[in-house]
Amino acid sequence: MSHDESNLPVLDAEEPIPNPGLPEHQWRPTDVDEKMARRAERQVAAWFGLSMVCAVLFFVSYFVFAVGDDPSTFLHFRTSNMALGLCMGGAFLFIGIGIIHWARKLMADHEIVELRHPAASSEEDREATVQILQLGLEESGIARRPLIRNTLLGAIGLAGLSPILLLRDLGPLDISVLKHTIWDKGMRVVRDVVGTPIKVADLEVGDLVNAQPAAFFETDEDGEPLVEGAQLQVEKAKASVILLRMDPADNKPGPGRDDWAVDGIVCYSKICTHVGCPISLNERTTHHLLCPCHQSTFDLADAGKVVFGPAARALPQLPLMEDAEGYLVAQRDFTEPVGPSFWERDSQ
Amino acid sequence: MRFLNRSVGRLSRHRRSRLAGLLVMALGLLAMGGLYAAFAPAQAEETTSTDAQVAQGRELFTVNCSTCHGLNGEGIKLTDGDGEDQMGPSLVGVGAAAVDFQIGTGRMPLTQPGQQGPAKQTVFTDEEREAIAAFVATLGPGPAIPNEEDYSTAGMSDEEREKAVVLGGQIFLANCTACHNFDGAGGAMPRGGYAPSIHDTSPKHIYEALLTGPGPMDKFSNGNISSDDKRAVIAYIESIREEPEAGGFGLGAVGPVAEGLFTWLGIAVLVGIATWIAAHTTRTSKKKVEEA
Amino acid sequence: MSIDTSKVADSNRDEPATAKGPSKVGAAAGWADDRLGLAGVMRKNLRKVFPDHWSFMLGEIALWSFVVLLITGTLLTFWFRPSMSEVLYEGSYSQLRGIHMSEAYASSLHISFDVRGGLLLRQMHHWAAMLFVAAMMVHMLRVFFTGAFRKPRELNWVIGSLLLLLGTLEGFTGYSLPDDLLSGTGIRAADGFMKSMPVIGTYMSFLLFGGEFPGESIIPRLYAIHILLIPGILLALVAAHMLLLVYHKHTQWPGPGRTQENVVGYPMLPVYMAKAGGFFFVVFGMTALMGGLLTINPVWKFGPYDPSKVTAGSQPDWYMGWPDGALRIMPGWETHIWHHTISWNVFLPIIVLPGVMFTILLLLPFIEAWITGDKRDHHLLERPRNAPTRTATMVALMTFYGILWEAGGNDIIATTFHLSINQITYINRVLIFVGPLVAFLITRRWCISLQRHDKEMLLHGYESGVIMRSPEGGYSERHLPVSEEHAYRLVAGREPDEVYSIESDADENGVAARGTRLQNLRAQLSALNYADNVQPPTAEELEEAHDHVDHELELQSSLAHPADGHQFDGHNLHDADEEPLR
Repeated sequence: MSHDESNLPVLDAEEPIPNPGLPEHQWRPTDVDEKMARRAERQVAAWFGLSMVCAVLFFVSYFVFAVGDDPSTFLHFRTSNMALGLCMGGAFLFIGIGIIHWARKLMADHEIVELRHPAASSEEDREATVQILQLGLEESGIARRPLIRNTLLGAIGLAGLSPILLLRDLGPLDISVLKHTIWDKGMRVVRDVVGTPIKVADLEVGDLVNAQPAAFFETDEDGEPLVEGAQLQVEKAKASVILLRMDPADNKPGPGRDDWAVDGIVCYSKICTHVGCPISLNERTTHHLLCPCHQSTFDLADAGKVVFGPAARALPQLPLMEDAEGYLVAQRDFTEPVGPSFWERDSQ
Repeated sequence: MRFLNRSVGRLSRHRRSRLAGLLVMALGLLAMGGLYAAFAPAQAEETTSTDAQVAQGRELFTVNCSTCHGLNGEGIKLTDGDGEDQMGPSLVGVGAAAVDFQIGTGRMPLTQPGQQGPAKQTVFTDEEREAIAAFVATLGPGPAIPNEEDYSTAGMSDEEREKAVVLGGQIFLANCTACHNFDGAGGAMPRGGYAPSIHDTSPKHIYEALLTGPGPMDKFSNGNISSDDKRAVIAYIESIREEPEAGGFGLGAVGPVAEGLFTWLGIAVLVGIATWIAAHTTRTSKKKVEEA
Repeated sequence: MSIDTSKVADSNRDEPATAKGPSKVGAAAGWADDRLGLAGVMRKNLRKVFPDHWSFMLGEIALWSFVVLLITGTLLTFWFRPSMSEVLYEGSYSQLRGIHMSEAYASSLHISFDVRGGLLLRQMHHWAAMLFVAAMMVHMLRVFFTGAFRKPRELNWVIGSLLLLLGTLEGFTGYSLPDDLLSGTGIRAADGFMKSMPVIGTYMSFLLFGGEFPGESIIPRLYAIHILLIPGILLALVAAHMLLLVYHKHTQWPGPGRTQENVVGYPMLPVYMAKAGGFFFVVFGMTALMGGLLTINPVWKFGPYDPSKVTAGSQPDWYMGWPDGALRIMPGWETHIWHHTISWNVFLPIIVLPGVMFTILLLLPFIEAWITGDKRDHHLLERPRNAPTRTATMVALMTFYGILWEAGGNDIIATTFHLSINQITYINRVLIFVGPLVAFLITRRWCISLQRHDKEMLLHGYESGVIMRSPEGGYSERHLPVSEEHAYRLVAGREPDEVYSIESDADENGVAARGTRLQNLRAQLSALNYADNVQPPTAEELEEAHDHVDHELELQSSLAHPADGHQFDGHNLHDADEEPLR
C-alpha cells in the first residue's frame, strides 16, 4: 500500500472552485485600541477577583456552617453543602471565565498554519524495520528450531493459566444452595421489621403483609440473633415473602395447591422471577403484583402467573397452614427455586 | 360502555349541582346547633352517632353517592358484552374511616366513574362528611374514624419520637416505598394506575389510608401493622418532611431518571460555553497603527 | 500543491521575538533539558495548532470531568470504607440511628452528614460521572457525523469506544458502592443478569459474589475494580487517545486556505493552553455548582440495602438506562430443555444486545471503509448532509438507543404524563423496530434535499427575497450569487461519490469478476450509500451557471441603479473580503 504523499487525496486540481486562500487577518478592537485592551484587562482581573472572593467565602463557609448533629439550615436546606458548592463553583468557574476572556480578547490571535505529514512512516524506514525484524527472527533461530518455539509456547501458556486458576477460590461453587431457602415445615410467618407472628384473625380481606420467616428474629440464650450479617442478607434474598388475604372465592389455586391457602390467605415469594427485585406493589382490587424494576406483573389470585412484562415464570408459592396456636406457618420449603432463572434450574 | 359511564356521570353532576346546593344550605342551617360537635372532633368521634346524624347522612348519600354506590351502598355493577364493569364498589363494611378518608381528601365524589380518584378540594363540610360516614358505618361493621391519639405524634416525648422515627422508617421502607417511593413521591402501578404522592397527606389521612386501603391500595389493618407502628410510620414521614434538604434541590425525588435529565442540561450548558470559547471575537475594520 | 501562506503569520506575535540574554527560566529549562532532553519534543508540540470550532471542545468536557472524578474520587477514598461487615449506625442522621447496616453504607452516611464538604465531594463525584459518560457520547457523535473517524483515525475511534464502555462499567461499579437500597437493587439485578448466561452464568455469579448473592465480598471487590483496575485502564487509554490526537493532528473544516494538507488554527501555547485550561476550571466549577445545588443519589433516604426491600422508581443511572429499557420491553421468553433453563428474556436484552451494539459501534469505521474501498487519509471534515447514509445510520442508532432509554424510564413517564405503563410498553415493542427505520429514511432524504439545496445555491445563487417585476408584468424572485468564500466552502473537500459495482472489477477481457456474495453485499451497500447522493457541481456546470447570471445582470445594466437587491437585504456587506475569518 502506498503511504507517501499520494496518500493524501489531491483535490485542488479537481476542485470546481479554486481555493481563495486564507482571508486577510482582521484585528480585534482590543488590538487596535489600547483603551479597549485596558478595559478587557480590567475585566479579566475582575473575574479573577470575583473568584478570590468566592474562595474566601468558601473558607468562611467551611468553618461557619455546621454539619453533624446540629447542622446549620437556611430555608429548607442544610446550609453547609449548598454554601460550599456555590462558593467552590464560583471560585473555579470565574477563574475559567477569566482565562478564556483573556485568551479571546488579549492574547495574540493570528491563526497559524501547520503542515500535515502522513501518518505512515517513510518507505525507507518501513523496509529497514522489516529487515531488522526478519534479521532478529533469523538470528534467534526460532523459525529453524520449532522444538524450542513449541515448548516455549506451551510453557508460557501453562504458566499463564496458573494465575487464572487462583481466581477459582473467589467463591464456593456449590450452586445447590439456590434450590433451598430457610423455610421449613412449621416455621412461622412473621411481620417484617417487627418480627411478630400472624394469626388468621389478624388480617382482613385486602390486607397485604410483607413477611419473613421467624428464623430471622430468633435469638440464642445470650440474646444474639441466630442468623445475622451476611448470612441474614443471603437468606433474606431468597426467603422474603408476601402474605395477601383475599376473598377465598377469588382465589384460583394452581393444580395440587388446593390446601396451600388458609382462609383466602396466600403466601408468595417476594423475589421476582425475572432478575430478582423484591416485589410488593400489589393492586388490591385485581390482586396484580407489579415489580418496580422492570414491570413484570403477576396475578396472585391465579397461582402467581405472569400477566404482563418480561418475567417468564410464575411467582413461587409457599404452602401455608395454621399451627397449634393458630399462627400462620409454612407447610414446607418452596417447591421450586425462588428468584431469577439460572442455567441449572430445572423448570419442567 | 365508556359512553354510558360518561352520561351517568354527567347526570349525577347535574343532580348534585341543583339539589345538593339547596339541601346543603337547608341542612347546614338546621345543624347550626351541632357545630360544637364539629369543633371538638375527638369527642364527636367517640360519641356514637345519633339517629339524626345518620338520617342526614342517608339524605346526603342518596343525593351524592347513590348513583355509583347504590341507594343502600350495595355497589352497582354494570354488565356489557365483555363482562362486568364496576360502577362503584359496595360500601358495606368499609366503615366510617373509609368515608372520612375518601371525602376528606376530596377523592369522592369522583369526577368520572371508573378512574382513580385524585386528591382534590373537598366539596362537603366537616359536618356533612361525618354524617355520611355515620350513615355508611351503619351498613356493616368496619373501621371507625381513628382517634387523634392514634395518629397524632404530638404527645410523644423526644426519646419516644426518636425511637418511633427509626422504627417507622424501617416499616416505611418495608411496606410503603415499593409503591410510594423512598421519599413518598409516588410511583406507577399497572394499567395507568398510580400510587399518589404522600407529601401533603395529613397524619389522619395516612392512618385512615393504611386502615382502609383506599382504591387499589392494600389494607394495612391494625392486625397487620399495629396502631403504634402506624403512628411510628407517620412520625417517620413527618420527620423526612421536616428534615432540611441536605444535598440541595431534590429534583422531584424520583430517582435517577430526573438526575439523568439534569445531566443533559449540564452538558447543554457546557456545550454552550464551548461555543463561546471557540466563537470568534468582535472584529474591526480598522487597521493596527504600527508604531515605528 | 500550493497554499497561499503569504497572509499567514508563522508566529502569532506582532513583531519577531528578540533573543534575550540568559534568564532564570532559561537556566531552569537548560538544567532540565540537560537531563531529559525534552526540548526537541516540546519545540514541536508547544505550538501545536488547534482549529477553532465549538464541536472540537466536546471531548474536553469528557477529559476534564474525568479529572474532576480523579480528584473527588481520591478524596472520597479517605473516608469511604468498602466493607460489608455489619455495624450499628450511631452517626448524626437520626432517622437511621440504631439500625444495623454495612460499614460501606455507614461510611457513606458519615461522608454525607459528618464530614464538612463530604456530601459536596460525593455529589460532585456522581455528577461528574454522569457528565463524563454524556460528554463521551456527545463527542463520539460529533466524530461520527463529521467523518473524523476515517483513516488514519480508526484506531482512535476504537480507543474512544473502549473508553465509553469502560466509563459505563466504572459508573456502574461506583453506583453499587454505597450499599444503599438503590445500589443494592442494582447489584441484585446484575446477579440476575449474570445467572441468565447459559452454562457459565451461575458459576460466574458465585465467583463474583464469593458465594450466594449478596454475600460479603461484592463491595470490596467492586471497590478494587472501581478505584484501581478500571481507572488504571481508563488513564492508559486516555493517554493513548491523546497521543494519537497529537500525532494525527486535529481534523478541520474545509474552507479558504484550509486543506487536506495543513491545519489552521491557534497554537497551543498560549491560546489553547488558556482556552482548554480555562475550560477545565469551567467544568470543575460547573460540577461544584451541581454538587452544591442539586441532590443526586440521596442514599440516606434509600436506607441500607436489604434484599427484601425496594423502592418505586428503581432505575440505574442514565447511561445504563437503555439496556434496562430493553429488559422492560422484552416479552417473557424462556426455554426449558433437558432440565435446564435458558432465560432469553434476560440474556438477550442485557447480555447479547449491549455486546452486539458495542461491536457495531467499534466496527462502524471499518464497515464504511470496506464499502467505499477508500484507502486515503482524510483530514477534512464532512458536513453530515454530504454523507446522507452515514448520518442516517447514526440517527437510526440514536433512535434505537433513545427508544430503549425512554422505555427504561417508563414508570416515571407513566406517572408524569398520566399514561399506562402497559400501553407504553406495547407501543415501545412496536416502536423499537419501526422507529429506527423511519428515522433512517427521513434523515437520509433530508440530507439529500439539503445537498440539493446547496447545489442550487451554487448554480443559481441564494433566494434574495426580492421580487422583480418585468416590463411585461411578470413577477420573479431575484437569485443572487453566493460569495466566493461561501461557494468555496460548499465544494471544498468534496469529491464525486463513487458507487462500487462488481462490474467495475471486471478484468481486461471484460469478464466480470467472480461475484462472491460478500462483493454483492458491498455493491448493494455502496449503492445505498452513494447512488442517491447529489454530486457537487463540476467546474463546467458552474461556468455555465455563471454565464447565465452575468447575462441577467447585463439585461439590468440599463437601470438607473443596480437592481441586485442588495439594498433591501443588507447582503452587500457580505463580500468575501469582509467576511470574518472562520
